Amino acid sequence: MGDLQIRKQPKNYDAIIVGSGAGGGMAAYVLANAGLKVCLLEAGPMFDPKKDSNQLKNPWESPRRGAHTKFRPFGDFDGCYWGWEVEGEPYTQTGNKGTTNWEWWRARMLGGRTNHWGRISLRFGPKDFKRKSIDSLGDDWPIGYEDVKPYYDKIDQLLGVYGTNEGLYNDPDGFFLPPPKPRLHELFIKKAATGIGIPVIPSRMSILTKQINKDRGQCFYCSQCGRSCKVYADFSSSSCLVIPALKTGNIDLVTNAMAREVLTNKEGLATGVSYVSKDDMQEYQVTGRTVILAASACESARLLLNSKSSRYPNGLANGSGIVGKYLHDSTGADMGGIIPHLLDRKRYNEDGTGGMHVYTPWWLDNKKLDFPRGYHIEYGGGFGMPLYGFEWGIEKINGDGKIMGKAKEPGGYGASLKDDYRRLFGAHVGMAGRGEAVANINNYCEIDPSVVDKYGIPVLRFNTSHSDYEIKQAKHMKETFKEILHAMGAVVTWGGDDNEKNNYGIHAPGNIIHEAGTVRMGNDPKTSPLNKWSQAHEVKNLFCVDGGPFVSQADKNITWTILALSMRTSEYIVDEMKKRNI
Amino acid sequence: MDRRKSIKALIVGTVSTGVLVEACNPGEEKKTEAPKTTEATASPETNRMKEEEAHYKEVVAKTFFTPQEMTTITILGDIIIPKDEHSGSASDAKVPEFIEFIVKDIPSHQIPMRGGLRWLDVHCLSRYEKAFSDCTPQQQIEMVDAIAYPKKAKPEMAQGVAFFNLMRNLVATGFFTSQIGVKDLGYAGNVPNQWNGVPDDVLKQYGLAYTEKELKECVSFT
Repeated sequence: MGDLQIRKQPKNYDAIIVGSGAGGGMAAYVLANAGLKVCLLEAGPMFDPKKDSNQLKNPWESPRRGAHTKFRPFGDFDGCYWGWEVEGEPYTQTGNKGTTNWEWWRARMLGGRTNHWGRISLRFGPKDFKRKSIDSLGDDWPIGYEDVKPYYDKIDQLLGVYGTNEGLYNDPDGFFLPPPKPRLHELFIKKAATGIGIPVIPSRMSILTKQINKDRGQCFYCSQCGRSCKVYADFSSSSCLVIPALKTGNIDLVTNAMAREVLTNKEGLATGVSYVSKDDMQEYQVTGRTVILAASACESARLLLNSKSSRYPNGLANGSGIVGKYLHDSTGADMGGIIPHLLDRKRYNEDGTGGMHVYTPWWLDNKKLDFPRGYHIEYGGGFGMPLYGFEWGIEKINGDGKIMGKAKEPGGYGASLKDDYRRLFGAHVGMAGRGEAVANINNYCEIDPSVVDKYGIPVLRFNTSHSDYEIKQAKHMKETFKEILHAMGAVVTWGGDDNEKNNYGIHAPGNIIHEAGTVRMGNDPKTSPLNKWSQAHEVKNLFCVDGGPFVSQADKNITWTILALSMRTSEYIVDEMKKRNI
Repeated sequence: MDRRKSIKALIVGTVSTGVLVEACNPGEEKKTEAPKTTEATASPETNRMKEEEAHYKEVVAKTFFTPQEMTTITILGDIIIPKDEHSGSASDAKVPEFIEFIVKDIPSHQIPMRGGLRWLDVHCLSRYEKAFSDCTPQQQIEMVDAIAYPKKAKPEMAQGVAFFNLMRNLVATGFFTSQIGVKDLGYAGNVPNQWNGVPDDVLKQYGLAYTEKELKECVSFT
């Protein structure tokens, strides 16, 4: 270590962006196209879906047949590097009574987790920004739907999303490409659910069913968006924002750069970022006029909390003590079964687009329910590519006369077992509720006082729990799923036995991978680190554009709103820099 | 890139590799030159981080099952998934080699598999005075019948039932994710195409139809 020194990059940038996912990619895109000089730091390697996607690989091309590993928790062909654990980068839990461990997903690659995300692209509605005014819980955002709408409109058209205008007040219309037709099991779901008063409408996904520009291809219906798309027919930050923005020549992209601290000067302004290079393990510093954090809600909070100085003893932008607090994820509970009518189905290609073609937006009135906030329902099923785990546990299914038509001894072997697998292929159906948790100051991440990662950076320690609100919501999800499955004549095969003893099978916090709230925006510097432009109250040239600024996260997957808010903040930065305010 | 060009680029890009060319000629599949078939099935152009490469090399450098254990796995595999009029057997699809790989990749399978195989041999020893693989086919089936049906198996067979469940699941997952098995299932996807909805005859079979709204607003191809 004798030669360890800090290498200072001579160039002074207009902006340093930490993280290249949805928020960072959008900021880089807007700033670089406005002619600003940007340094983009990414903690993982380069990734270009055109070259690096594992799209169209067959199961036998994986020695583990697509089974997951710690490197790819969503399976061997998945488009995300790392996930619940990253080698050399631990995190810890307080273990306080009543807490449930936070499960922290971290992507390390250009584009971050947008390379594999579900592409579910839902606008928040007018109510979603003003929940406290409706149910007295949590806080209102300092902005409303009307502030964000112009940016939703722009990203719909810039990035592409399919769906339909349904005129639903809190699920606003947008600029939609045509959706794909429902698959067979989706028609079963639609018929059953609408028959019992639960709406089912075309899903809203950032997948190009029509070509929108010359740089991106059109969807060819392989259903593998999770692997990232070689023709850029779905939205990833890598393919649709960073890689096009690099062509401006205004971005210096530094991969394998793990940010350590935000640097500040005597005046208390941000001056740059220090990072360790994973390539050579050397320490570097880059300087710039603004610093934009987009490292993920928790990583951005970690960076701020680790950026301590005599001026900022609680960490940067944290005079309020709120950085890291209000951490929340979507609620989640799932159930699935088999549709006996679909045994022995005629075979055909029903891959379709990645994920579901239809979904259920929140449809009920909380005044008549025992929990606040809502959830939407995502659907799955059909002829998926057979992968590791195919029909695992058939011994619990193939004896059931309600499923198979006539009862027989379960388990078994030989020709009749082999035939059972064929008969069951394509008959499964599953549903997942994804709902809004109430952001809570007692759910937080903080710096663990005694643990560092392999780079010597202090790590996060989590303290999270579900309240009754979330658990009751999960209970309601389960009841709804049972009703829908029953109405379609399906037999529940998993997720049906959850009860009050296991909080109705609600997923651990973090597990739905919608981390938000840790660097929230607000008008009062005493209760929020950021103002309504996602600009730090205390450090005017410091911004955060990932899930951190979210006051609450609706029952809508957060990516589309991260993109819209990042674009809004980035345009504000361009404007403020022009005016020489920062 | 326009759609047609992009699909063409994809097809050219993928078919140029040895593995996929082979995949297009199912008849060629039985030609095995290398004994380590698990390595042969690893597509060289699969995108991998350097950490994944290192893990893969470490896994395939080791051998877990003894030749004796592999013999038993092969016999059991072909009992579970035999050749029939539609497709080949588990061993035709190289399921034993897949199981050798997967227990090294997912180590939690190792003790249940090793211990289960030994449990089976010990039971055969006391019943027939021979290890499972040395028993007659009739004795082997008799033994399998005692552990293959979870509900009717005798309580003292419970450990054998658990082992056979794992074996059934591993064999089936290995078989139906192989080229032979995927073809047997009739999985028709994983190719560039145009999704135009459920075929008319299938809609009719289930008494379903697309609504006018759906037909109007959804993508369709003619």
